[in-house]
Amino acid sequence: MATASHDIAPLIEADTLQQLDAAVGHLSATQLIWASGYLAGRAAQAQPLAYPLAQPVAQALAQPAAPVAAPASYGQAAPEEWAILYATETGNSRRLATRLAERARENGMAVRLEDLATYKPRQFAKESHVLFVVATHGLGDAPDGTAGFFDFLSGERAPRLDNLAYSVLSLGDSSYDDFCLVGQELDARLEALGATRLADRVDCDVDFDAPAERWISSVLDKAEVLSPAEPAASQQPVLRAVATAPAPVEWSRERPFPAAVLANQRITGKRSTKDVRHVELLLEDSGLHYAPGDALGVVPMNPEPVVEQVLTLGRFDANAPVVVGSDTLPLADALRERLEITTTSRNFLKAWADASGSTALQTRLSETGGALRDFLSVNQVSDILAAHPGDVGEQTFVDSLRKLTPRLYSIASSEAENPDEVHLTVRRVNYTAHGREHWGSASEYLARRSTDDTVPVYVEPNDRFRLPTDGDTPVIMIGAGTGIAPYRAFLQQRQYNGDGGRNWLFFGDRSFQEDFLYQVEWLRYRRTGLLDRLDVAFSRDQAEKVYVQHRIAEQRDALYQWLDDGAHVYVCGDMTHMAPDVHAALRDVIATGRGINDEAAEAVLNDMKAAGRYQRDVY
Amino acid sequence: MSDAKKDAPVEVEGIKERSNRLRGTLLDSLGDRATGAISEDDTQISKFHGIYQQDDRDIRAERTEAKLEPAHSFMVRVRVPGGVCTPEQWLGMDALAQDHANGTLRLTTRQAFQFHGILKGNLKASIQAINTEVLDTIAACGDVNRNVMCTPLPETSRVHASALRYARDISDHLTPRTGAYHEIWLDGDKLDPGAPPEVEPIYGDHYLPRKFKIAMAIPPQNDVDVLAHDLGYIAIERGGRLVGFNVTVGGGMGATHGDPATFPRIADVLGFCTPAQAVAVAEHIVTIQRDFGDRTNRKHARFKYTVADRGLEWLREEFARRAGFALLPAAPFAFTHVGDRYGWVRGDDGLWHVTLYVPAGRLADTDDARWLTGLRLIAQQYAGEFRLTANQNVIISGIQPDERATVEHLLETHGLEQWKTLTPLGLNALACVALPTCGLAMAEAERYLPDLLASVQGRLDQHGLREADLVLRITGCPNGCARPYLADVALVGKAPGRYNLFLGGGTSGERLNQLVAENLSEEKILEVLDDHFARYAAERNGD
Repeated sequence: MATASHDIAPLIEADTLQQLDAAVGHLSATQLIWASGYLAGRAAQAQPLAYPLAQPVAQALAQPAAPVAAPASYGQAAPEEWAILYATETGNSRRLATRLAERARENGMAVRLEDLATYKPRQFAKESHVLFVVATHGLGDAPDGTAGFFDFLSGERAPRLDNLAYSVLSLGDSSYDDFCLVGQELDARLEALGATRLADRVDCDVDFDAPAERWISSVLDKAEVLSPAEPAASQQPVLRAVATAPAPVEWSRERPFPAAVLANQRITGKRSTKDVRHVELLLEDSGLHYAPGDALGVVPMNPEPVVEQVLTLGRFDANAPVVVGSDTLPLADALRERLEITTTSRNFLKAWADASGSTALQTRLSETGGALRDFLSVNQVSDILAAHPGDVGEQTFVDSLRKLTPRLYSIASSEAENPDEVHLTVRRVNYTAHGREHWGSASEYLARRSTDDTVPVYVEPNDRFRLPTDGDTPVIMIGAGTGIAPYRAFLQQRQYNGDGGRNWLFFGDRSFQEDFLYQVEWLRYRRTGLLDRLDVAFSRDQAEKVYVQHRIAEQRDALYQWLDDGAHVYVCGDMTHMAPDVHAALRDVIATGRGINDEAAEAVLNDMKAAGRYQRDVY
Repeated sequence: MSDAKKDAPVEVEGIKERSNRLRGTLLDSLGDRATGAISEDDTQISKFHGIYQQDDRDIRAERTEAKLEPAHSFMVRVRVPGGVCTPEQWLGMDALAQDHANGTLRLTTRQAFQFHGILKGNLKASIQAINTEVLDTIAACGDVNRNVMCTPLPETSRVHASALRYARDISDHLTPRTGAYHEIWLDGDKLDPGAPPEVEPIYGDHYLPRKFKIAMAIPPQNDVDVLAHDLGYIAIERGGRLVGFNVTVGGGMGATHGDPATFPRIADVLGFCTPAQAVAVAEHIVTIQRDFGDRTNRKHARFKYTVADRGLEWLREEFARRAGFALLPAAPFAFTHVGDRYGWVRGDDGLWHVTLYVPAGRLADTDDARWLTGLRLIAQQYAGEFRLTANQNVIISGIQPDERATVEHLLETHGLEQWKTLTPLGLNALACVALPTCGLAMAEAERYLPDLLASVQGRLDQHGLREADLVLRITGCPNGCARPYLADVALVGKAPGRYNLFLGGGTSGERLNQLVAENLSEEKILEVLDDHFARYAAERNGD
């Protein structure tokens, strides 16, 4: 670019060039190629040039509407529409599907992006080209809200799909037995129903970027052959910024915004068993915006003590240069900034078993059922290194580790009430196991930030956890632990809007005295009338454990009345116990309220889910 | 307080009136799980049930920072008329301290048990546990008559038994007539919503303008500081029999810093009544205060101000008009001291009694000494009665002669024989609770007492006054819970680490001390005391 600037400088004023640079600076290679063609086309329609041009440019302009690498298909008839359907739990599938859609559009494909949670299964028979991005959640489950689609497809009433071309990108976590099960089953079922596999399925583990990129490229290549697209020149999609102001930098997962820390304070009592932090970050001038329900992605660095543990236990050279992706850097830096060391994967275990020659680990790996998963969940990399010492080279070790992934936190503030700020509720993970201290990656990173520091962040939208559009709709919010966070955002927003709808909050944690997160704020909202009801359950304050589902059961009649009045129900927090227990309690409320059996009540809940009246954000 | 505000009845008067005979909204407040507090109005009503809302002031600031409400808990005070309870009752209180309170049992300066750190969710179970032991907390606080005190004299069993009986009768007679206590704490039947509230013949709808305290002293002991009470009875004995009481009126300790309209006051002797008249005297004095007490200013609402403002002659006439009889002229009596006499005494019934020293009235099991455990073992097997003293100590009473040695062994092995080694300064000292739980405290008291005593003792020792029978009392605020204004040396809290210093109270509780200096640090206090100790030592040596 620098050379080109020099050559062309006399032709264009410096600030115009600056504008152009700003406009195209963030474009991908494909986009730039398309843009050059677009500009060439514009030039051809403009006045004849008054200036002599350098030879290559003149040649390019001599062939209007045929840029160098433009698809040969430009100018052909309207193509088929491509449906990109995603099933997402944490937002990764949605993000990849969005990336795919953008790239497809750049290629001139007609694309429709839809969430399987809101997709109408009956429409599926009409699709001709579908690209799936699906996550497997928990124990081989489909992401929240998408079970209806998969049930439909696997059921007897599923249509024949002889006219369908498809491909599946499958996301999962290899520490679970049923790794990518949903994607695998979908792939097999579509084939069984007669559909044509356009490109092979790719199963991605937690560090999905590289394999996902391979799949996207492969799918787009195939799509180009299969379904030539029309020229996109008339749509003017990407370059509208040329005509207006320079586009601001778009901060993203790949390019997170450095947000200054405004506050970082403990909000549990000093005798609490937990250190929960309220973190306030500054988004001023970032151009980042969020809505209540959204999550904030935090790109962490691993805690220094964990890096040191790994270096010591593995007897590694901290300064040994290692290759991560396309970069070469010292091992210590790679462990701190690039690689997952606070979680373990099956792949790591296998690689370490092979490299260290540990027969104990090989035995471990052959275990089935939940045993291996449980083992992985309670062992960090340092634990494996300590228990199964081996003489492994730095690069081999690095290659066995996953890439460090950002962590998502439900946003605990409303932007309307806190302009330029975003608040998080972070439980600091710090415990002793196997005789060593353990830390969480992002929570420890955040807990150690002071007000002089910045934190790299991006906004992760979550359209499946949204306040009702009608402010008069009653809202029932159920949360445990840090699952309370989005409700702080909800209530701030409802207060800001002046919404008339009633609000009911259920909160559960361990100890009333120590763990009642944001207690003073809820009490204030109740006093001012914003919060109509506030029910709390503290599991460890009495001999028998009491949880939010018990409070729901106690309030059965009133709660049913609220549901009958059209209330939206939200559940946020622990996926393993709280969410299913709350679900069962809600089912019971409906069954009792309507005098119907559990099965029928379950159907009511499913209808509520489909209608967006029962939304969950569980992890 | 502004004049305009003085003329209007204070807010508490309205809360009392609206409370529906002390029910308030306590049931709703107790059912609210989202806060450890009760509603603001209910904090006034709960006092009538013997329950004070408090919070741990040591961590108030850090909890505010953490977006948590203050660490609320409740102080619960159990009425023990005359301070006498059975071993079973003692064991019940001991168990409650472990089960629901902070593991300590506090003996108050008014012969009551006090529990600290009870969480809202445990209040009901606590009151029920107290009820199981046939004790209660009603009227232990609030604008009513409080626990009736009586010298726990163990030696003359006959006079003590008579006096105690009247103390209990007075206590019963002046207990508020309301079903609220049973409804709220003991699952009693609810008052029919349409039904009129109970008739409250003595207190009426507004109860008293302020708290009311009654004590009964048996001369020559004035351990109860009878002249520091709204109403006092001085037992008059002839030939080992109780023949009647001198009635005293208008004593009280409370004052407000910088408000000259408030002051501590020594009671006046009003006259003499027969034992049979004792309960009627209490009722009529209480109704006089009900009708004439100042309801516009709670700092000026105690009976002592009614007496001071209207005079003794007015009171005698008003009393005679209501009672239908006049009091007789007072009988002669003499007090010799206010402190407890520690150690063993044998009563006229042949049984043994031992008075134990309890620092600041606080009993706990610690690594150093397992006081509660020791007393529990004694209660389970050997004690006849436990008697709480007005000096925050305890008397184990009614020990059979052949079991004394066993009890002595238990006392020794559980560190309960402190009276044998401490100097009079330590044995006489009193401190109120103050920080961190008392909402009124301006400075430390109980927690600071051990350090203060060590410093003062050091100065006494330097002047050869190690065994001086000095009475030192410290309170965290001027309200006077530890009766500071009667002590030889008193520190009254003004601000953290700062005290007003009072000197020169009478040794038998019949003379108020004088304010010597305000706002002193410990260093300054010790300087002033050092001068006085030097003079005292010199003049005493000159005798």
